Amino acid sequence: MSTTSSPAAGAWTPALIQEVIDDHKSMPGAMLPTLHALQDRFGHIPDGAVPLIAETLSCTRADVHGVISFYHHFRTRPAGRSVIHVCRAEACQAVGSRQLEAHIKASLKVDYHQTTPDHEFTLEPVYCLGNCACGPSIRINDDVHGRVTPARFDELADELTTTVVEVK
Amino acid sequence: MAITVYVPSDTTARALQADRVAEHIARAAASRSVDVRIVRNGSRGLFWLEPLVEVDTPDGRVAFGPVMPGAVDSLVESGLFDGRQDHELALGLTEEIAYLKQQQRLTFSRIGIIDPLSLEDYTSLRGFHGLRAALARDGQSIVDEVKTSGLRGRGGAAFPTGIKWQTVHDEAPGQKYIVCNADEGDSGTFADRLVMECDPYMLIEGMTIAGLAVGADQGYIYLRSEYPLAHTILNNAIARACEAGYLGDNLLGTDKAFHLEVRLGAGAYICGEETSLLESLEGRRGLVRAKPPLPAIEGLFGRPTVVNNVLSFAAVPFILDQGGQAYADYGMGRSRGTLAIQLAGNVKRGGLVELAFGISLLSLMEDFGGGTLSGRPLKAVQVGGPLGAYLPESQWDNPLDYEGFAAFGGVVGHGGVVMFDDTVDMGDQARFAMEFCTVESCGKCTPCRIGAVRGVEVIDRIRAGENADMNLTLLGELCETMVDGSLCAMGGMTPFPVQSVMEHFPDDLTPRHARVAGGIPC
Repeated sequence: MSTTSSPAAGAWTPALIQEVIDDHKSMPGAMLPTLHALQDRFGHIPDGAVPLIAETLSCTRADVHGVISFYHHFRTRPAGRSVIHVCRAEACQAVGSRQLEAHIKASLKVDYHQTTPDHEFTLEPVYCLGNCACGPSIRINDDVHGRVTPARFDELADELTTTVVEVK
Repeated sequence: MAITVYVPSDTTARALQADRVAEHIARAAASRSVDVRIVRNGSRGLFWLEPLVEVDTPDGRVAFGPVMPGAVDSLVESGLFDGRQDHELALGLTEEIAYLKQQQRLTFSRIGIIDPLSLEDYTSLRGFHGLRAALARDGQSIVDEVKTSGLRGRGGAAFPTGIKWQTVHDEAPGQKYIVCNADEGDSGTFADRLVMECDPYMLIEGMTIAGLAVGADQGYIYLRSEYPLAHTILNNAIARACEAGYLGDNLLGTDKAFHLEVRLGAGAYICGEETSLLESLEGRRGLVRAKPPLPAIEGLFGRPTVVNNVLSFAAVPFILDQGGQAYADYGMGRSRGTLAIQLAGNVKRGGLVELAFGISLLSLMEDFGGGTLSGRPLKAVQVGGPLGAYLPESQWDNPLDYEGFAAFGGVVGHGGVVMFDDTVDMGDQARFAMEFCTVESCGKCTPCRIGAVRGVEVIDRIRAGENADMNLTLLGELCETMVDGSLCAMGGMTPFPVQSVMEHFPDDLTPRHARVAGGIPC
């Protein structure tokens, strides 16, 4: 939790995908745990996973696609190195999240569901991070940040894009 | 002897750099060769003071806050490790802080005091006393105790918990399930998160008691994916509870069994609706099911299932330990016990306030909340999440209880109170209510799926000055259609905030150009 590591984005092969599916297939209601595991491991749910999941869990490809597309969390394309979720819900609106949202979009030059051309950031909306007494809130990968002013956002973004160079 | 320093570790404290504060304290102690033990406790829920650092002293724990990383050195200089109260951030004895002292913490009695994952801490403060009492009783007698307490579903629907349990209890023996709804999606709420991050064994204990009451040996916690820290803590707590015999095949050495697993949602507000949640747990799109059949009769995988909110289960250990009557002694009318109120939004002193039902909204917002954070006049309050009405000043005197709020069209819901100052444009808020529904509707029923989209369009037309009067009439009719014709509360209640804006803040719905012409910027 204390680190802002980027989402895992390992290379996938059908065999590796099948391995993940097989690890979860015996769970009751295995679909969501399987999809989570795939996304955690590969950074997204590759299209190639859909027929394999359908075959193993005895459902149709349409069923699998239907589940993936229903939930905001699942992505079918790789994300940027950091995923930034901006809370759009009421408690954050009450303390200036609309202005923060506009600032973030302008400074990253992307809209929601888009990734910056350098693949550093993917921007997503989120409806509540449970940090409602100390908004505006954003989540960068698994870390939530509170009382985020535009200036504070710029600091956080700088920290993420600054590479540490070791001087010998 | 080591000095014990507490640095909270819940999501809010961490969002305000508590981890760095802990690092700085450790470094300062090391550089001064002071023997300091840093405990990462949960949060007391006094969020405006986070990070709230506490130090053990012979008189009790003393507090300092809000402590930003940059303030650590000066705190240490002025005697933090001795608990000296010379610094400007010194708050005195934690238990004496008025905000905390004036609360009635039955459910949240341990949060912020203990290390959330320490079984020793939990059991030293009456943890698992409720479970021990339940293990000595039969299912019906546990259900009866919960009925005596008057506990009603804390997720928002306020259905009597004991009656729900009775229904599942009375179903023929066989596979039954306990499902915890931890999909806390309402903006302005964080009480479930506090339970899970700061006192997870309480939830485990409550669910286990429910299992004993109705004859279920398997439980699932359906947790929203927006709560990664709660996920880690719950999994860790479950593993430790199993290891220590509080979960598993032989609960505390008896022949009773209860197994528990956390399942992660995937970002869908609708999955907080219980039938949608069950669909999701079973591995499908979270489409709402028509009721009946009730989940208590045909729930998860078609089996009888208790579905309760985190706070409902969390109230149960107290009820079994101290007796249902002890819980029912708090509250007013048919709203018994305590309510976890969450002060959020534009509030000076935001956080968790657990009190018996009956306090007025105004008293909460002023006496506890201290007014707005911005210092500007309060304009509107949304109670009960994104589906709750926006309340104007004339309604702030109402006492918080289920029936009292229902009487004027308010919703207590999950106890979230979101405050807005006078810079808020209520037209924006009405539009957002509809927009939120377009994003989060499950799509099963037409009034919700289509109505929300039309709602956004109509509000845009009104604000653009296109046939404003006719479109206002249309918006009113659309709201009625959604309220009357939707399958669940998502479509059925989305109009509540919109209607409240139409009724109480009509000026904010007037055409934008007219308002500019009147000299008011928009």
